[in-house]
Amino acid sequence: MSVPRFWREIPYRYRLIGSYCEKCNETFFPPREICPRCRRSGDIKDIKLEEEGEIFSYTVIRTAPPEFDVQTPYAIALIKLKNGPLIMSQLTDCEMDDVKIGKKVRMVFRKISEDGEAGIINYGYKFVLAE
Amino acid sequence: MISIVGYGSYVPKNRIKTSEIAKIWGKDPQNVERGLGVYEKSVPSLDEDTITIATAATKYALKRAGIDPEEIGAIYVGSESHPYVVKPSGTVVAAAIGCEGELKCADYEFACKAGTAAIQNVMGLIEGEYIKYGLAIGADTSQGAPGDALEYAASAGGAAFILSKKNKDSIATIEETLSYTTDTPDFWRREYQHYPQHGGRFTGEPAYFKHVGTATKMMMDRMSLNPDDLDYIVFHMPNAKFPVNMAKKLGFSTEQVTQGLVVSKIGNTYSGSSLLGLTAVLDVAKPGDKILMSSYGSGAGSDSFYITVDDAIEKKRDMCPKTWDMIDNKRYIDYATYTIYRKKILMR
Repeated sequence: MSVPRFWREIPYRYRLIGSYCEKCNETFFPPREICPRCRRSGDIKDIKLEEEGEIFSYTVIRTAPPEFDVQTPYAIALIKLKNGPLIMSQLTDCEMDDVKIGKKVRMVFRKISEDGEAGIINYGYKFVLAE
Repeated sequence: MISIVGYGSYVPKNRIKTSEIAKIWGKDPQNVERGLGVYEKSVPSLDEDTITIATAATKYALKRAGIDPEEIGAIYVGSESHPYVVKPSGTVVAAAIGCEGELKCADYEFACKAGTAAIQNVMGLIEGEYIKYGLAIGADTSQGAPGDALEYAASAGGAAFILSKKNKDSIATIEETLSYTTDTPDFWRREYQHYPQHGGRFTGEPAYFKHVGTATKMMMDRMSLNPDDLDYIVFHMPNAKFPVNMAKKLGFSTEQVTQGLVVSKIGNTYSGSSLLGLTAVLDVAKPGDKILMSSYGSGAGSDSFYITVDDAIEKKRDMCPKTWDMIDNKRYIDYATYTIYRKKILMR
């Protein structure tokens, strides 16, 4: 990932800042500049999403892209946040047998990837099992 | 008077047993365990580093402080394992908690006492009325070379403290702080070196015991304290033997040290060490209790703090996970996994 792209996305990657259309009451994550429903008549504002939710669905990755290979097996989950939309996130610090649909999860701030030994470190949200 | 209004701790979930490391290097596990008083240590996950540990501890501190992150006027992160040599850890922590903007920020290094140095600097800025709230963090993912004595204890963890002038939300008030510093080369890491070097037994009497002992005695003289006047003692914990022996030498009982002695279960978290001990004490202390904490940083120096616990501790301590509960929430890994997690083997 390029450094400027990573930098632009810091608010939503670090703090789960999404967007919210005051006209149609829809929440978006990643945030949208324009409401895809209301178009020009929409009224988009930033919203801090809850850091707690539950697993809506998940898959276990056993064959990963090279930079994530050392982490296998790991789970990628669709998470229904308390006040927000479904978001996709890696689960961390858990055994694959413990990952179940409906389990409560909470956000943690972790390293997502590194641009090699000398490049930028990309931080962001992941989720852990809350119980 | 400067007070702690929020504190938080974080210990990674992974543990490796001392006996597992000893077995790999052909040592008698029981001898090593008995010698160090360290039975297992924390290991950061692949996606954890000093910045993520600092952020996790800070989020708990913010919850206990109950303040808007934008009110924080300074962030100082003390560590000897900052992920970047050039780019402050504090900037990432600031973005992660949402307090970028008008903010004083820098990273500190002083071996294992950089976190307590951060607290002293935040205290000065608040006392001088440059800031209202300040955040001081001590966190590390410390490294010990494979086979080196350090490998049995070098671990990961951290603690964060939000300070302000004493008010109704004060958890504990720092009545006094002082430092004792000399040029004592007991432990060091040169630029571009992955692992630190140390002076073996030289790290004991002329280094740890001289500095921690002197700073603690200076504090007790200045505040006219006797050992019985204190409820809890927290010293830097490179192993369990040093702080317990230090306490005995100064006339303290084992009971005064035990609550903060986290090292036996998580190892030496370097800049997080004495601060994690302090969080463990705050988790149980009662209003009016007196705490004396003396950190130690190789090189060498010791920062000593005399602290009185305030009323707000009762309503704030249960807001977040407590340090000993976090220590008990663990999963064991073997040495092979440990070498991957700590990047001790060459990967393609």
